[in-house]
Amino acid sequence: MIRFEKVTKIYPGNSADASPAAVLQDVSFEIKEGEFVSIVGKSGAGKTTITRLILGLEEPTYGDVYFKGKNLRSADSSEIQDVRRSISGIYQDYKLLPAKTVYENVAYVLEVEGKSYHEIKEEVPKVLDLIGLKEKSENFPKELSGGEQQRLAIARALVSHPKIIIADEPTGNLDPYNTYEVVYLLEKINKAGATVILLTHDREIVNKLGKRVITLVNGRIIRDEAEGRFII
Amino acid sequence: MSVAAIFVLVIAGMLVTGVFFFQATAGYLISQIRDKIDITAYFKASAAEEDILAVKDEIMKTSPNVKSIEYVSKEQALAFFSDIHSDNPVLSRALQEVGDNPFLPSLNITTNGEPAQYEEIANILQTSDFGKLIEKVDFAQKKDTIEKVYSITTSINIFGIIAGIILIIISALVVFNTIKLGIENSKEEISTMRIVGASNWFIRGPFIIQGVIYGVAAFLVCFLLTGVFAYVVSSKMTAILPGFNACSYFLAHWWIFALTQLGFGVAVGAGSALVVVKKYLEV
Repeated sequence: MIRFEKVTKIYPGNSADASPAAVLQDVSFEIKEGEFVSIVGKSGAGKTTITRLILGLEEPTYGDVYFKGKNLRSADSSEIQDVRRSISGIYQDYKLLPAKTVYENVAYVLEVEGKSYHEIKEEVPKVLDLIGLKEKSENFPKELSGGEQQRLAIARALVSHPKIIIADEPTGNLDPYNTYEVVYLLEKINKAGATVILLTHDREIVNKLGKRVITLVNGRIIRDEAEGRFII
Repeated sequence: MSVAAIFVLVIAGMLVTGVFFFQATAGYLISQIRDKIDITAYFKASAAEEDILAVKDEIMKTSPNVKSIEYVSKEQALAFFSDIHSDNPVLSRALQEVGDNPFLPSLNITTNGEPAQYEEIANILQTSDFGKLIEKVDFAQKKDTIEKVYSITTSINIFGIIAGIILIIISALVVFNTIKLGIENSKEEISTMRIVGASNWFIRGPFIIQGVIYGVAAFLVCFLLTGVFAYVVSSKMTAILPGFNACSYFLAHWWIFALTQLGFGVAVGAGSALVVVKKYLEV
């Protein structure tokens, strides 16, 4: 479903005297449909760059990224938008729309997909109910706690019934109770058939899951195990 | 910033409307002057009445632009003068001292057309066989008046167009910057829209609508101001230009004003927004 082939990503230095930084080096892996894969590594290991490459927000400097067999390098902007629509993201900084209410944040994804007003009106309350935010549907994101904001981000990710979910440090800002809740939800989504890619540096979560683990160190894959553990 | 954008759009819109209004008043003024100005051909005192009437018939036949020709005999001219100045003893005494009737018989000629047509008739009078009967043609001063009105109208129009273009550019730039600022303030929001797969126009749309809203808001203010302006200046303009009522003109042509102002506002607002999103919102 998602394939990285000898991908290297080099960012040019920000200033004249800064040298270019290779964030990913010769990275190859494949994620199959229905898998739950944790990509682990310390901060700066290149995890977020992998997310950005999958979403077509960046192009690899060398190598190729394939999504359902399509090389993203040759995809046009509407194909890239299709890729983004078929992947739901959950992020550490939530990436919510601050000027929209809880309801509108979730509805926005369906509007982007071109769903009708009636479908949106039917789907959004269901997801908000499932995630426990129905009572706060008229609130704005800044009126929610960190845990509630992350739950809203998950509601947004779930509403379009995605086949793939990328969770980039989804528990980074959460307390242990909310962390457990998020991981439990991701497992549930995976059991329902979705592919889940979890990018994290949380050792405890990864070890508890007992699923496939790809370990990144300094932009290189040093380990890819079917039932791996967080070992760096 | 939004208020500033609407404000400059209103100023530019009012200037465009002002040029439009000015065209109407200038057109009215010129038509009034044309109606009032005629050519007067003064004949020699010795010219016989039948010769003068023959000239009149000839001009009517040969010049299709002639609206009317009025023959004024020496006696009629004297009677007219005496009538007008009956309460002026100095002029009456002067006339008595002259003794004889000092006035010349004349033809007052009015045309339908442009100043060039006056010149054409003046040339007919001076160059043909009629020349020997004619003492002088009173044309030059009137020609100057018409040409002056034309020249002033043209100058004001050119000034209005140049000032309008400058203001349109300024208002487009202000709208441009307002929307650019909006885009910069919404950078994170836009990046979120991108990662959920929103299409280019789904993201750009709201900013273009913002430009259109500025244009529509500016139109509403402009239209209201134009109506108030027409009502307020109506009586003053009627005093200067009898027969021209600004308020009636506005009411009769309100839809042209509305379309011009709406078209201007929306074109500048949406046009600027379109350029900004094309330039700064590559999705």
